[in-house]
Amino acid sequence: MTPPPLSVYLEGIGLLAPGLQGWTAGAPLLAQPEHYADTALSVPAPDCLPAAERRRVGLQIKLALAVGREAVAHAERDAAVLANVFSASSGDGDNCHAICEALASADRLISPTRFHNSVHNAPAGYWGIAMKCMAPSTSLCAHDGSFAAGLLEAAVQARASCSAALLVCSDARYPEPLHTARPLLHHFGVALVVAAAPSDRTLAQLQLSLSNERPTRLSAPPLEALRSGNPAARALPLLQALASRATATVQLEYLPGCTLAVTPGPA
Amino acid sequence: MSLLLAGYTASSCLGVGLDATWRALQTQTSGLKPCDFETVRLDTWIGEVPGVDAVQLPAALRNYDCRNNRLALLGLQQDDFEATVRQAVAQHGAQRVGVFLGTSTSGMLQTELAYRARPNGQGPLPAWFHYDETQNTYSVAAFVRAYFSLGGPAFVVSTACSSSSKVFANAQRMIDAGLIDAAIVGGVDSLCLTTLYGFHSLQLLSPQPCTPYGAGRNGISIGEAAAFALLTRVPDKVAAGAVLLRGVGESSDAHHMSAPHPQGLGAQLAMRAALRSAGLGAEQIDYVNLHGTATPSNDAAEDQAVCAVFGPRTPPASSTKGHTGHTLGAAGALEAVICALALRQQIAPGGCHTQTLDPQLHASYLLGNRALSMRHVLSNSFGFGGSNSCLILGLAA
Repeated sequence: MTPPPLSVYLEGIGLLAPGLQGWTAGAPLLAQPEHYADTALSVPAPDCLPAAERRRVGLQIKLALAVGREAVAHAERDAAVLANVFSASSGDGDNCHAICEALASADRLISPTRFHNSVHNAPAGYWGIAMKCMAPSTSLCAHDGSFAAGLLEAAVQARASCSAALLVCSDARYPEPLHTARPLLHHFGVALVVAAAPSDRTLAQLQLSLSNERPTRLSAPPLEALRSGNPAARALPLLQALASRATATVQLEYLPGCTLAVTPGPA
Repeated sequence: MSLLLAGYTASSCLGVGLDATWRALQTQTSGLKPCDFETVRLDTWIGEVPGVDAVQLPAALRNYDCRNNRLALLGLQQDDFEATVRQAVAQHGAQRVGVFLGTSTSGMLQTELAYRARPNGQGPLPAWFHYDETQNTYSVAAFVRAYFSLGGPAFVVSTACSSSSKVFANAQRMIDAGLIDAAIVGGVDSLCLTTLYGFHSLQLLSPQPCTPYGAGRNGISIGEAAAFALLTRVPDKVAAGAVLLRGVGESSDAHHMSAPHPQGLGAQLAMRAALRSAGLGAEQIDYVNLHGTATPSNDAAEDQAVCAVFGPRTPPASSTKGHTGHTLGAAGALEAVICALALRQQIAPGGCHTQTLDPQLHASYLLGNRALSMRHVLSNSFGFGGSNSCLILGLAA
């Protein structure tokens, strides 16, 4: 028995990646990849955080906050009451490296800030503080399938609360020696706001179901390199379909033997 | 939507499996000991699971070998839990069984050892280090999914010390949406240097066994645990004594990365959301398993929250972290299983190590075990980043 697909309604998108500086600027490049160029990424300072917290956050958290804010603004939702799902394969790699080096040293002293920033839910914690958001929040990891895991969870969260949910998926490169062990080739952040019901804010309908098809690849080599180089970038087949208003089903990489099929439709 | 705990198991410093766990609870025996873990030299107490080092992973899954996955396997092999899972897989199909597990540090110890193995702290990590299968936060769910040859959705929730409470909500949402028919939920967190030296850096480790709710309490004792439950829809006929997940509530503090909201506002929201989700009034809760970490500020904030939700006469309450230590990402699932045992035995566990209650705290804290008629119990879990989760379990009618 195949269960009916789960329908949610997309209201906002945030995007930051090399050559894709925001959804508004990035969407035309995804629709016409011949214009895409892999240029250096500029991540805005997290001016939504109080000064004390602002100094403490690394790149992955800045990336998460920036794309989350873009998606929420796009959706014209109030971030303070929006349930949120943060998904990432890894946390702040520089922070992790610094802790591991300290623990391998003679004195083993690590800083309290490094320790509390090492939790996988650090981006969600800072988001809550920045947005004064007390709504339910979760932080997930499914290795290379973290985007699909997060989108599915945001969809069932929106459905369960009969409201909307924010998904933020971001991963940044590790420094060496972790980079060789887990080579993420670039930084990538994406955020979506999905709602349980259609409204005048709806950008597109998304029908989700689990499948065992092979993940969709991108035909433009620079975009496929982007997709395969970072777990958060596994969102690109969906983002490209949305940018070009395509309605064919895309298969998003999730887990061995399990992909997330997403069929975008008009609002 | 209520779900059935079709099977459950727990392993902690109290022992491996439910019998050992209940024996320790019944006799109010703590599993904590002075810290002798690995090369750690800290003046603190720990809760170590016996026998983890000797566990061998199946040859096909040997790249997953690390303390956290050994502990996961040890936990899965108790109380016929494996057989219960395999029966569910046979009934529903491998694609229809999800895996949602909580951990805070995954296989971090493996990375710590790999960094230590670099000559002069330079060069690449050793060839025996398998990042994807050990350090990656998803590792334990990948291991469990592969161990049972499952093909359904899976992820790890890593929200620090609320992780394995929140996975019960994930399973509920996925089953309710019709995506799966059953879910393995739970938490696995193992001792490592990051948490021991990390909590030390925050000056949150007690030099004595932790004393939740105690006068003069001065910090946590870190423990490790593996606890699992198999959740399914509630069949028309359930056995007497069956335990149900009745409700889950989640919230965020929006206050500070490592300190709770002083009045426990986020904790109140989570408890009220759990009651709403269970369709129960506060007066219908018969026992509260507190988060009760034994830091001065955590217990004070939780006490304010519990008293705000339940009024001045709270249900009998206790923290079992004096028994098990704070098992961090495994605490939510471990304490859910302890609640299931308490319901089954109709005995609410009194806390360990606490001698004199803090007079500033007002919840009805149990210093000794109490035989109680219990239908519904509530369990709190709160984590860094202001992540709050609350579970309500109940006996089937």
